[in-house]
Amino acid sequence: MTAENETTGGARIIARGWGWRHASRRAPAVHGLDLRIEPGERVLLLGRSGAGKSTLIQALAGVLGGDEEGDATGELLIDGHAPQSARGEAGLVLQDPDSQVVLARVGDDVAFACENLGVPREEIWRRVPAALAEVGLDLPLDHPTAQLSGGQKQRLALAGVVAMRPRLLLLDEPTANLDPAGVVDVRDAVAGTLQRSGATLVVIEHRVSVWLDVVDRVIVLDPDGGLLADGRPREVLQTAGASLAAAGVWVPGFPPARPVRRPRVAGEPLLAASGLAVGRTEFGRRRPTVVSSGIDLELAAGESLAIVGENGAGKSTLALTLAGLLAPAGGSLEALPALARGLGSQPYRWRSRQLLTRAGMVFQDPEHQFLAGTVRAELEVGPRALGDGLGRADTVRVDELLERLHLDHLANANPFTLSGGEKRRLSVATALATRPQVLLLDEPTFGQDALTWQELVALLAELVDDGTALVSVTHDRDYVETIADRSLVLHGLSFEGRVIV
Amino acid sequence: MSLITPVIRPGTVARINPVAKMLAAILVALALLLSIDWVSAAVALALEAVLLPFAGLSARQFWLRTATLWVAAPLAALTTVLYGKDSGALLTRFGPITITDGSLDLGLAIGLRILAIGLPGIVLFATTDPTDLADGLGQVLRLPARFVLGGLAGLRLVGLFIEDWRFLALARRARGVGDSNPITRIARQGFSLLVLSVRRGSKLATAMEAKGFGSDRQRTWARASVFGVREWRFMALAVAIPAAAIVAAVLAGTWKFVLS
Repeated sequence: MTAENETTGGARIIARGWGWRHASRRAPAVHGLDLRIEPGERVLLLGRSGAGKSTLIQALAGVLGGDEEGDATGELLIDGHAPQSARGEAGLVLQDPDSQVVLARVGDDVAFACENLGVPREEIWRRVPAALAEVGLDLPLDHPTAQLSGGQKQRLALAGVVAMRPRLLLLDEPTANLDPAGVVDVRDAVAGTLQRSGATLVVIEHRVSVWLDVVDRVIVLDPDGGLLADGRPREVLQTAGASLAAAGVWVPGFPPARPVRRPRVAGEPLLAASGLAVGRTEFGRRRPTVVSSGIDLELAAGESLAIVGENGAGKSTLALTLAGLLAPAGGSLEALPALARGLGSQPYRWRSRQLLTRAGMVFQDPEHQFLAGTVRAELEVGPRALGDGLGRADTVRVDELLERLHLDHLANANPFTLSGGEKRRLSVATALATRPQVLLLDEPTFGQDALTWQELVALLAELVDDGTALVSVTHDRDYVETIADRSLVLHGLSFEGRVIV
Repeated sequence: MSLITPVIRPGTVARINPVAKMLAAILVALALLLSIDWVSAAVALALEAVLLPFAGLSARQFWLRTATLWVAAPLAALTTVLYGKDSGALLTRFGPITITDGSLDLGLAIGLRILAIGLPGIVLFATTDPTDLADGLGQVLRLPARFVLGGLAGLRLVGLFIEDWRFLALARRARGVGDSNPITRIARQGFSLLVLSVRRGSKLATAMEAKGFGSDRQRTWARASVFGVREWRFMALAVAIPAAAIVAAVLAGTWKFVLS
């Protein structure tokens, strides 16, 4: 491990009848896998959710755990070694930007992996700035990691891996939680590092188009064991494109179906903001820090508004304010009579219970909103809070939602054990359970597969057509085109919000 | 400014190895707990008062960080004066409350003692970067890296928990259950936070493991933690203060060994 050793080359992966069963599950996550990946190959790993993609990548990273975590069958080798004994050969970047940062400062965090591998101190500090430059993070070494954006955090995680000089780069949906600019930054950083090191790449990603120009091979896992398809990207997408799209993979040329909309009928006005400033009160402060101001808007029943704009422009904060969860930091936000229905005109002053039938907010992270032990109980939280106990009509409503959002077979499952798409559907369903007049969603399509996207958009279109006012904070252009009647572009710090019709 | 990346003004004390600072604070505390008398506490506090301005904290930081002590010390002193063990001449009495020479002495001793132990502890900690402390614990004291760095990584999660807590409060309001009484609400919300934090913790553990943490390989340390002449000088100071305090108390005849 010396500085001259710039090109590390790639690792060879061999699987022979490999399989893995998690200790808590009856069925194996992966079984009967035969695979050979040559040094320097760049592989996009696809398959419907539950096909075992993450299991395979974690096994390659050597973090699947020992015998108490599950049973392995067959053989999985990296350059002839078991992955656990090849630590440092493989570097892994995961989906969630927040839970991959280990240390408080950028330089220290990049150095962390090198320290664990026993790299000498002088060599570590040669590698750290080089790795940061390679992923395009132009920041001082003592920059606090807490101040990084999601895309920067993912590039930091990548820099930590790059500094390890791995022969195998493993990426598990590294861009699923990022905005479009962040996606491109991370993708380009990966492409650059592969160019230099010649390492082997295995990446999992729902959105095929992001990686299509980087990878030279696509492997599709079969949920029933083995492989569904394997070959050059264009060929695999041609032969297996339709079935992949049907399984929820975003395949270029196979866009998800868009709902047919009814012509819009202007409903009664519900909310009006004028000169509205939004902000959040930082921990230990008294006054809110304004993130966006001068916002004028009106929202009527049956109308769909998209809030768009760059990161940090205050989109989420505006949604939380419109939802009556945060107090306006300035200007006015007025609930009009059709929404207030006898209450005062300031949504922030309403009681939590009174919000339920008026404004429903779906947070970006569904896990923040889960309160109950089962999916069914989760849906009953709202109706229960509304009145004394659960009526006949409420039970019917809950059953209807379970069925409509394909959650009926999971009614008794714990919400935290659901997949990403199921969690998103559940968090939307919890808001719908009390039929709010205004529904607000924060990045509803982040990290969702094409199937969930299609179902979600269809459901929302139906709601809007039936008179619900919809407010969506989003970066997703397809989503805006499909469902928004107009967009509000926020420009952040005290610039004006502009409405584009 | 945050818990894990505090803004520390560069200065002599800020450069001292955190392990030395920690040992010094423990030493002063232990020595001052050996006796409860006002002379030893007063001498230690006076000596510390001379040194604290050199710690590199701004006046504002100093008063903000030590505010609780300035409330706690007089309160503890007052309580002891009013309700503490009586001895010596009776000064006044209101019903069950008696103030005697003895309880007055004891109150003063306790109030001063809280300040003499608390002030250096807080000031030394305020000038310490958690990352440096972890480096010191791992390299100087040779504590297991798994324990030291696990703790440091966990500390970083605290900032996320504060954010999570606020989101949970908003989420409960949005779900219609934000009206319950504060005690129920905090208990339920605390449970939600616990669930979230366990999930965050296990994800972080996987990420650390993927970076080779916890393997059998001998790890290196990117930042050197040195315990040299400066640290030994500082430790000498940390011995001198309680020593001077104890000698003064013995000479003044107020020394009362707590165990005798």
